[in-house]
Amino acid sequence: MDVYTLLIQLLNGVQYGLLLFLVASGLTLIFGIMGVINLAHGSFYMVGAYMAFAFSSATGSLVAGVVMGLGLSVALGVALEWGLFGRLYQRDHLDQVLLTYGLILVFEEMRSILVDNDVHGVPVPPLLAWSIPLTPTLSYPAYRLFMSAVCLAVAVLLWLLIQRTRLGMMIRAGASNREMVQSLGLNIKLVYRLVFALGVALAALAGMVAAPVSSVYPGMGTHVLIICFVVVVMGGIGSVRGALFAALLIGVVDTFGRVFLPQAAGVMVYLVMAAVLLWRPEGLFRSI
Amino acid sequence: MMRSSRHPLRLAVGALTLFASLALLPAGSAQAQQGKVKVGFMLPYTGTYAALGVAITNGFKLYVAEAGGRLAGREVEYFTVDDESDPAKAPDNASKLIKRDQVDVLVGTVHSGVALAMAKVARDTNTLLIIPNAGAGDLTGPLCAPNIFRTSFTNWQPGYAMGKVAAEQKRKTAVTFTWKYAAGQESVDGFKEGFEAGGGKVIKELSLPFPQVEFQSYLTEIASLKPDLVYVFFAGGGAVKFVKDYAAAGLKASIPLYGAGFLTDGTLKAQGEAAEGLLTTLHYADNLDNPKDRAFRAAYQKAYGAEADVYAVQGYDAAQILAAGLAAVKGDLGKRKELIAAMAAAKIDSPRGPMTLSKAHNPVNDIYLRKVEGGQNKVIGIAVPALADPARGCKM
Repeated sequence: MDVYTLLIQLLNGVQYGLLLFLVASGLTLIFGIMGVINLAHGSFYMVGAYMAFAFSSATGSLVAGVVMGLGLSVALGVALEWGLFGRLYQRDHLDQVLLTYGLILVFEEMRSILVDNDVHGVPVPPLLAWSIPLTPTLSYPAYRLFMSAVCLAVAVLLWLLIQRTRLGMMIRAGASNREMVQSLGLNIKLVYRLVFALGVALAALAGMVAAPVSSVYPGMGTHVLIICFVVVVMGGIGSVRGALFAALLIGVVDTFGRVFLPQAAGVMVYLVMAAVLLWRPEGLFRSI
Repeated sequence: MMRSSRHPLRLAVGALTLFASLALLPAGSAQAQQGKVKVGFMLPYTGTYAALGVAITNGFKLYVAEAGGRLAGREVEYFTVDDESDPAKAPDNASKLIKRDQVDVLVGTVHSGVALAMAKVARDTNTLLIIPNAGAGDLTGPLCAPNIFRTSFTNWQPGYAMGKVAAEQKRKTAVTFTWKYAAGQESVDGFKEGFEAGGGKVIKELSLPFPQVEFQSYLTEIASLKPDLVYVFFAGGGAVKFVKDYAAAGLKASIPLYGAGFLTDGTLKAQGEAAEGLLTTLHYADNLDNPKDRAFRAAYQKAYGAEADVYAVQGYDAAQILAAGLAAVKGDLGKRKELIAAMAAAKIDSPRGPMTLSKAHNPVNDIYLRKVEGGQNKVIGIAVPALADPARGCKM
């Protein structure tokens, strides 16, 4: 294999990693800051993808679909936090697992009733429906590069939000000591609600952005859920920066694992996770 | 309760009732012999394969309805269990139909893992089993039995046919790509056998764990290997994504993509432009020009308001095979040997074209070479006429 092909594989790995980051960032926020184990995170990804499908086929434009979808997913996040998750902060992790597993079933069934059980394609926006030739036989779809750009932009915005804004300060404070923040007179409930809505919106955004290349199909959420947990645990629970590095690491390891060790492609990621956790049991980065 | 049942009069009445019902029992079961034929559908009605389960059921019922609701003069009664495509629940589900509902024939299923479990139960209980989809080679290979029939295919069949076609086109090298599971491996093995027998060479067999769909690194590898063609086995969501990714990576223009028919069956709408021109092999297609198929598709459309597909055909033919057997014994299920002999020897006028069964009870039929044109799988020729699975390991 020549150097040029290796570079293309590296590009594949980075691009896959960035997408993983986008899905996992919401999970690490909800898990790390609010302490809720959210198995339904994959369902939010699926909901996003199906909204992209439904709205873009109704309006004919993916951008319009994404805007509508983002609004709805924030609303969904607020409603879920108000109705269900808000009652779980003081409860055992097992109760959270039970609730969020139930939500997976509810979302799958709703998908089946509202849409159907078929596979659907979401067209790539015409503006991005071209490819960049890399070799005489292989070209790279522009949309995939655009996806990576979106993921990078989200990473930067999240970093700015958490490190450089007043809200971010409250989020960080709430993550380290909820009671203290409350006794200082800050509305921690509101902060949590916003964080949860943000987490849902990030997962849904990942689903929407990925829909044109992944297509939408039943059970798509459960596929990403496990790898998301790997990213979160490896990166350090609650650390957005950690999630970014872990996702990139996983993307690259997974890609090169498939190329050089095809027989072990399925376990490479988990071996790396085990190694990282042996080295740093808390994950690559500390919380926030 | 205890006290009242000890009352002499009640005891007498009870004994009399029991006696009477015992006396009536033989008459009752004799009547059942002449009564309804009990058909048990064990198919997926929820989950990814729900649409397939429904199509198979519809196809089966369509044939029975066309025959006036009776097979060999006997009414047909249906029992239904949703197998959820879950192999772990398969033995229980099959037992429900066999023990509780006492069905005469078991019809199922789509998922190969579930079908393998069903075949085991059918062998243990000597229940008649007709498999209307699952393509695992073992079902009509090492696990074959007189009471097990299949109306669909083995994974080997379309693969082998495509291999022969590719070799006849004088293509020299191929890369295969599939999910790492039995169906994919069997399909790829079939392709390799057909292709290498004709002088081709499979230079690399790629696979990824089921049901992953991150194909990008494999596409890069295919591009650097530059084979004369790529043969893949994917279905459902994976098939949609692969075909789109393959086209987006610019490979479609330089390295032709071939596949088993499932690559483009039921997925064309989602694949859109990316699937145009692809070649696949299967025992059915969208524009077969035979009167039986035209009539079948019209009747199906009228009855269910939907397009018939290959799964509906396989369900329809399951009913045809059963009907052929029942006709030969005039509806007497007790004549098991004659029934099975007649089913095995049946010459079925299927919407797919003429179909017979091999010694292992697997379909022998033409495998069509199909090309995607205008969102349809159109026949452009017969890849291999009357292709039979080699049924390796079947001792029957």
